[in-house]
Amino acid sequence: MTALINLVYLISVSLFIVGLHRLSSPKTASSGNLIAALGMGLGVLIALFAPIESGNNNYLVITGALVFGCGIGLVVAGKVLMTKMPEMVSLFNGLGGACALLISIAELLNFHNSGNIELASYLTTLLALLIGSIAFSGSLVAYGKLSGNIKDSWKLPSANMINMILLLTLIATSVYQLQVLDTMDLVYFIMIISLVYGITFVLNVGGADMPVIISILNALTGVSAALAGIIYDNMIMLMGGILVGSSGTILTILMCQAMNRSLLNVLAGGFGGGASSAVQVGDQTVKEVNIMDASIMLRYSTNVVFVPGYGMAVAQAQKICKELEDLLEEVEVNVRYAIHPVAGRMPGHMNVLLAEADVDYSKLLDLEDANKFLNDTDVTIVVGANDVVNPSALDDPGSPIYGMPILEILKGKHVIVLKRGMSSGYSGIENPLFFHEKTSMLFGDAKKSLNSLLDELKTIV
Amino acid sequence: MNLIIEILTHHLTILFALIMAIFLGFELISKVPTVLHTPLMSGANAISGVVIIGAIMLVRSSDSEDYVSLALGSLAILLGTINVVGGHAVTNRMLQMFRKK
Repeated sequence: MTALINLVYLISVSLFIVGLHRLSSPKTASSGNLIAALGMGLGVLIALFAPIESGNNNYLVITGALVFGCGIGLVVAGKVLMTKMPEMVSLFNGLGGACALLISIAELLNFHNSGNIELASYLTTLLALLIGSIAFSGSLVAYGKLSGNIKDSWKLPSANMINMILLLTLIATSVYQLQVLDTMDLVYFIMIISLVYGITFVLNVGGADMPVIISILNALTGVSAALAGIIYDNMIMLMGGILVGSSGTILTILMCQAMNRSLLNVLAGGFGGGASSAVQVGDQTVKEVNIMDASIMLRYSTNVVFVPGYGMAVAQAQKICKELEDLLEEVEVNVRYAIHPVAGRMPGHMNVLLAEADVDYSKLLDLEDANKFLNDTDVTIVVGANDVVNPSALDDPGSPIYGMPILEILKGKHVIVLKRGMSSGYSGIENPLFFHEKTSMLFGDAKKSLNSLLDELKTIV
Repeated sequence: MNLIIEILTHHLTILFALIMAIFLGFELISKVPTVLHTPLMSGANAISGVVIIGAIMLVRSSDSEDYVSLALGSLAILLGTINVVGGHAVTNRMLQMFRKK
């Protein structure tokens, strides 16, 4: 029996590895997800039916929780809008962290009730509690920031100092608790401080950097799951958790590289808010373009590039983009989409939205290809993107985003920026692009503007 | 110091697996195209829900009278299941959109 269980464990872990591997390639991604889910299912089955040394099984409670959880999970996953995906992932991640938090507390209580404390296991459990709590409260704050319930301007004074003090308190208290081990009081204290730390840590980071934070929090949940795996001597939990921990870490690093910033700089909240730019914008004027001129420009272009950003997601404008693309392709205008690695609120966010609107894969250009294509581009339409096309990153050493690779859309002939008004981007940095001679602004809701463009174009093609 | 020795003696196999898994994770992800970052993150997030296995074991091994463990454990199972099932379902929804082409 034990041999059979071990075999299934082994299969389950292999399925995770194969699943993750397949998830990293477009052709196999869909099956990868299902394979990983199968691995999870097997792991849960074994956890349900493997013989245990003591306890009353309590199957009724378990089944109830599982059924409810499945129901809620499926309904929420089926209903959520594609544009709300980043928030959703963040929220799910928080629930995973909460799960780790709860079982760590229960296990620590068991340690204290039985009086039989093995120091290594106790330390592991305490760490799982600490990391799980940070992942839980941090994910909820990230969720709040992305959904707009928590304003980006709500920042603590001298937040870095507060974070440092909280972190030192956590370490000191944990070390002390390991020495005395008398009551649960300090454990609850550690949990509360960890929860507070999760909040202050994420609150301090600019909203534009939330993708990086979600990736870190995801890795943290993985690590806490792995630590819990050590507690239960369970290989599936350990391997699954660590795989998520390391893949989340590498994804975080890739995202920081894409913005040409160090992780420390992101965590210190260097982006947005207080940062000041050398660009003076006071008396500069912007040029506006009307729908008719814009549509004529598009009609007689050879190459047109759309640069989508979070504004496209908010305005739900991806389907209109696709309709415009179809219409333009009919009159032999080449249409491409330039996707910056950190456009939107999550890496790949734009790709998902455009895929939802049936845009062909091959029309999506990554940063490098897009910058080549932009040399021969007649009109670039910026749909709700801002920081990823800010030329300050190239030529203004005083700008907080100086050095970040951007889509160099000024290489093309004309730029049309769809924008609601003259507010600065999510990061709060002024964008000299709007005042550039090649740039024309088309003010208004992105979806409405694109719709009018579409109607106008239909009359002239 | 004793703690480190204790960990090394009791959990050596696990430590080996841990280190291998860390490198494996790096290798698996390092060559992902940007298009897949969101689905990958969502999929990885679903996998991090493995922690429900711990929650299930906790509830199974507790006494039927131990209401604290049962309450904590069942809430943990509920939240963990939402994470796992919701995570995989959402990932699947995203990837279905890519496959239509």
